[in-house]
Amino acid sequence: LAHGGGGKLMQQLLERMFLPTFGAAKSIPHDSAVLTLPRDKIAFTTDSYVINPLFFPGGDIGSLAIHGTVNDLAMSGARPLYLSVGFILEEGLPMETLWRIVQSMQQAAENAKVQIITGDTKVVDRGKGDGIFINTAGVGIVEHDLVIAPQTVQPGDIILLNGDLGRHGIAIMAVREGLEFETTIESDSAPLASVVLELIEAGVKIHCLRDLTRGGLSSTLNEIATSAKVTIHIDENVIPVREDVQGACEILGFDPLYVANEGRFVAFVPQESVDKALDILRSHDQQACIIGQVTGTSQAKMGLVTVQSKIGASRILDMLSGEQLPRIC
Amino acid sequence: MADNTTKQRLSLIIRGAVQGVGFRPFIYRLATELDLVGWVNNSSVGVFIEVEGDKDQLDTFLRRVQTENPPRSQIQAIETQWLDLTGYKTFEIRHSVSGEKTAVVLPDLATCPDCLQDIFDPHNRRYRYPFTNCTNCGPRYTIIEALPYDRCHTTMKGFKLCPQCQAEYENPLDRRFHAQPNACPKCGPHLELWDQQGQILETHESALMATATAIREGKIVAIKGLGGFHLVVDARNTTAVQELRKRKQRPDKPFAVMYPSLNLLKEHCLVTPTEEALLNSAECPIVLLKVLSSNFRSPLTPLYKGGNIRKEGEISPAVAPNNPYLGVMLPYTPLHHLLLAELGFPIVATSGNISDEPICIDELEALQKLNQIADLFLIHNRPIFRPVDDSIVRMMGGREMVMRRARGYAPFPIMIKSSPTHSQPSILAVGGHLKNTIAIARPPQIFLSQHIGDLETPAAFEYFQQVIASLRGLYDFNPQLIARDAHPDYISSQFAQEQNLPLIKVQHHYAHVLSCMAEHGLEPPVLGVAWDGTGYGEDETIWGGEFIYVTEDHYQRVAHFRPWRLPGGEKAVKEPRRSALGLLEAINLPKTSIEKAFTPQELVLLQTILKKHLNSPLTSSVGRLFDGVASLLNIRHQASFEGQAAMELEFIIGETITDKYYDFLLSSSTPTVIDWSPIIKAILNDIFCNISLGQISVKFHNTLVKIILEIVKRFPAHQIVLTGGCFQNRYLTERAIEQLQQHHYRPYWHQSIPPNDGGIALGQVIATLSKRMYINDQEV
Ligand SMILES: [Fe+3]
Ligand SMILES: [Mg+2]
Ligand SMILES: [Zn+2]
Ligand SMILES: [Zn+2]
Repeated sequence: LAHGGGGKLMQQLLERMFLPTFGAAKSIPHDSAVLTLPRDKIAFTTDSYVINPLFFPGGDIGSLAIHGTVNDLAMSGARPLYLSVGFILEEGLPMETLWRIVQSMQQAAENAKVQIITGDTKVVDRGKGDGIFINTAGVGIVEHDLVIAPQTVQPGDIILLNGDLGRHGIAIMAVREGLEFETTIESDSAPLASVVLELIEAGVKIHCLRDLTRGGLSSTLNEIATSAKVTIHIDENVIPVREDVQGACEILGFDPLYVANEGRFVAFVPQESVDKALDILRSHDQQACIIGQVTGTSQAKMGLVTVQSKIGASRILDMLSGEQLPRIC
Repeated sequence: MADNTTKQRLSLIIRGAVQGVGFRPFIYRLATELDLVGWVNNSSVGVFIEVEGDKDQLDTFLRRVQTENPPRSQIQAIETQWLDLTGYKTFEIRHSVSGEKTAVVLPDLATCPDCLQDIFDPHNRRYRYPFTNCTNCGPRYTIIEALPYDRCHTTMKGFKLCPQCQAEYENPLDRRFHAQPNACPKCGPHLELWDQQGQILETHESALMATATAIREGKIVAIKGLGGFHLVVDARNTTAVQELRKRKQRPDKPFAVMYPSLNLLKEHCLVTPTEEALLNSAECPIVLLKVLSSNFRSPLTPLYKGGNIRKEGEISPAVAPNNPYLGVMLPYTPLHHLLLAELGFPIVATSGNISDEPICIDELEALQKLNQIADLFLIHNRPIFRPVDDSIVRMMGGREMVMRRARGYAPFPIMIKSSPTHSQPSILAVGGHLKNTIAIARPPQIFLSQHIGDLETPAAFEYFQQVIASLRGLYDFNPQLIARDAHPDYISSQFAQEQNLPLIKVQHHYAHVLSCMAEHGLEPPVLGVAWDGTGYGEDETIWGGEFIYVTEDHYQRVAHFRPWRLPGGEKAVKEPRRSALGLLEAINLPKTSIEKAFTPQELVLLQTILKKHLNSPLTSSVGRLFDGVASLLNIRHQASFEGQAAMELEFIIGETITDKYYDFLLSSSTPTVIDWSPIIKAILNDIFCNISLGQISVKFHNTLVKIILEIVKRFPAHQIVLTGGCFQNRYLTERAIEQLQQHHYRPYWHQSIPPNDGGIALGQVIATLSKRMYINDQEV
């Protein structure tokens, strides 16, 4: 891959890879895609994907770039429709690697029922990039009247989790650092739009949705507790964590509740919607479960999240500032 | 009217610990004896007195107030004013008035000999009454809701005094004059024995007798005492003790034992006269005593496998497994006296809490929380206003060292030298993370809270907030500044962060050094040896093996141990084997010596994360060095409580005596880096040569002392402060003291303030006052 070939390359990518799959945007727009949206309430988001390694068990940077943006749209309850893709490629990236990533993106987009309708490619000098960076932006339509946001969260809300925790973070680390566990741990990277739309269509009164990416469950719950001014209590005993993930965490000194996921989210729903919501979540992943609830309001600026530990007393699940430096004296 | 020229009026304000200690009756008796008229009252500032009489008599009064004041009182200041006569007719004790709250709240005091006599005298109306007290003893801090200290501001407010008690309360010549918690069987609190469902099984005397029976039968009873619940079992009954360990999920950590009498205690433990006085003091702490050598068993010998190996009457080895010391105390309330007299044998009396939570104080709370632990609940209806744990003290260098400062000691203020030149702000210091205490400072007084505990649980965090609110309320205190540890992830730091007040971050080991300087009133220059497990360093690595040089206007980290990596971060605290691996990896030594402590996969993974610096923070901690050595010696690879490995490394010394030490290297850089690699290599060699573990341990301890001696030589300070959790180690501390003294240094070690993180809040206050802080990190 040589420098300066960006524009032409994008054209090729779209024509060869994306177009055959998606009928809607037949003619590739020169400057911008012109869309007719079936609703006037839309959701719009963007995210950039920088990851080492590019390929890992359960996914790659391409599928991650699709899932991440689709999931961001899904977390506002939107139906994702269109994506843009921007590549920043480092000179010398093997063309084969790029094709693998693009194919994976195409597959992921198809699974997530979104169309890639515009894009851009730039090539930077060798040493100025990390192989490949991808930006995706997404547009979705909002078909519901719910206010899905921390502000809607209320004491009594039940917190549901859609599957086991910690696989993505550990999978990435294993490959990147060359850690050999007894089993291969696969990322949980997955699109979440369809399950969220099912919840909405079934009339589940969702108060808040949040995917559990960087900082994992702990950071997410702390953020919600802080912005919603509530206290949250969860039960570690019911949170599914695969044995191999748990074992890896034990050795490495990580807490699965702080490890990143790419296909996991929590839903805050009122008591009356719990059964319905749980049925739907379980139809997608048997491990979906109720992990806790909003226990009260909080005057403090710092929202308090507590967890019933596997042994003994509850503990405070605090927000950590980056590297988990030991606190114990 | 008599001759006005010789008669005068004297007005006094007495500040200090002058309430709840029989101060007003003392003034009343003294004034009456000297034929003086006037009045005395309590205010939230202190005691106000006006006396009229002959000038000579007034002078005598003033002198005797200061020399004959009641034993538990402490006068901090007396303001006097000579005034014209008013013409009082009598001397009277007037009602309390409110005002600025600067009077001192007293700690709880152990039952006095007079009250003890009352409860064991069949003719006394308080015979066998568990809530007997007087102005010389009984609850204070645990029942005070507000100042001034009057019955209506205590949890006794719901009990109306019977005529007899009322008469005592009003009689200035009675020992119970204005004894706020005064009570008798007719009008005071009573006992009830509850089952796990909260059903009342017995009340009053029969509750006590049924409790004794249950303990004899090996049951676990939760007993509501002075500052909270204890969990109690027969200390001789291994099955019962082990059952308690199982239910409390506390496999190894020693339990405290309450003895019925000093005599029995002396049969089991070595008691020096100083220790005896301490056991009998009004503070009545848990004292760590050496178990008599006939009862001593070497560490590493499995002690309580295979049942009953003890002599009749001896306490079970399961009480303090592998530990040559025993934490013991004597009964300190009438309830404990009555129960222990009935039993006649020692009981385990450990905090009534679930792991890491604060001690329970409320019977309904206890019923809920201790339901899985206690078989029965002996409760009473005198509410406890705030939890206060038993204090723990040990002798160190011939003096008392408070290791946990709570009942009997808190919240007695620490007085510091206040400089009159600049106005000093009021400060709230939020302390550290483990063994947390907080402090509020209104110079020259600093009120250091009772031991709050590890801020790991929501309940502990709530208690922490309550203690802050309650001390602020008691003293009407509004902080202008907040001091916190530099560690961003301490929950106390996060709490401080959201208070909307100017904030000072204080480096952990600097705070340790200042806390020790403060208790000895030391002026710079001082060289502080601050050794502990973990503290956040100014370079964002984990410190713990620090030499901090404090001068008038700055402080500096002048020497530290060579940093190495801890694989898995905080996990290393629970697993000494990780420290060992980190040490070996840092100097590229083969791991064969500790291979067996890991599975092959663990070993590969941990070595990989060490090489890749993944979740493997750098540390200079001596606490972790102790862990590492303990693991290399195969003494302990996994710990079930903090400091366990280091303790066992100390204990394995046993009676071994040697002056040998290992070589080490000191860099010529600033700061000096203490290279431990020759020590580790020599230890491995000693292991290879089958040198005894005791011998290796002594040599290791001696090496640490030698390091102190070599470093102190490099600085012009003669005052050397020994601080941080490592200086709870008796061999290390006493040898350091002795060697420093031999070399004509003046060593200082902790006495009334804990060397561990219980002293951090005090250090934070001093750091803030001294304005010697690192300016870059100051935030407003
Ligand atoms: Fe410390
Ligand atoms: Mg995003
Ligand atoms: Zn008394
Ligand atoms: Zn009475």
